[in-house]
Amino acid sequence: MEGMGQFFAMGGYAGYVWPAFAIVLVVMAALWFISDRGWRKSEQTLAALRKNRRQRESDAE
Amino acid sequence: MSLHYFANPTRFTRLAGRIQPWAGGLAALLLAVGFYLALIVVPADYQQGDTVRIMFVHVPSAWMAMFCYIFLAVASAVALIWKHPLADLAAKASAPIGAGFTFLALVTGSLWGKPMWGAWWVWDARLTSVLILFFLYLGYMALWQSIEDGQKAAKAAAVLALVGAINVPIIKFSVDWWNTLHQPASVLRMDGPAIHPSMLWPLLIMALAFKVYFVALLLARMRMELNLRRIRALRLAERSS
Repeated sequence: MEGMGQFFAMGGYAGYVWPAFAIVLVVMAALWFISDRGWRKSEQTLAALRKNRRQRESDAE
Repeated sequence: MSLHYFANPTRFTRLAGRIQPWAGGLAALLLAVGFYLALIVVPADYQQGDTVRIMFVHVPSAWMAMFCYIFLAVASAVALIWKHPLADLAAKASAPIGAGFTFLALVTGSLWGKPMWGAWWVWDARLTSVLILFFLYLGYMALWQSIEDGQKAAKAAAVLALVGAINVPIIKFSVDWWNTLHQPASVLRMDGPAIHPSMLWPLLIMALAFKVYFVALLLARMRMELNLRRIRALRLAERSS
């Protein structure tokens, strides 16, 4: 277990090394999450609009 | 096959949809390998101790901060000059990614600077020009938001992107032109990398991971922007009918 403790201590620089790696993961994951959700939402909106238009076109006939 | 083959938005959407999951998966894999190498395999530096590990996220973030801006500026130029139908969307889609990496370069740099320089921040040329880069990204995104007419917004944003491009060489050469605490380039030098291969390889893997992540994210965001453009067009047609 001492090896693990040493690993987490980062030679006394744990307070700098771990936050640096953590923030990278957080920002990259957040950007991915936001973009993916935005894309999905745009797909849904677009599909609904197209369905509406087809509906109106067939009603007009 | 010319550039215009993929200018067709439908064709682009189909191709992007096929590439995106592979790019996303590859980015995650490379990132896992990079983190493993940087945090576990690479030995602590004899001068900097374990803080040297921060380099493996700081340097690729800073490279991406610059790369995204060059991409944004080139796409803006293509949009202005050749009116390529996807170019302004590519530029718009890349801005938040660039802003994210610039933010990461600043924060990880700060976390490295405190233990090594004794300061979270210094107002030297390198740090200040990267901070300006961050504000350029934010300004670029704000400009898109602030102009209702999509075509006018694209044009104004593209001009801002090109004017701001002057900052890129300033960032790159800031460490040579002015006195600074920041170290000069160690990898992209005329006389070859001045960094030990045991550290160069993990650095390059991490850089590749960031680049593939950029591709996956850019494709997703471009598909979103394309959809949003189609949605706007459909709504306009609805209103006028």
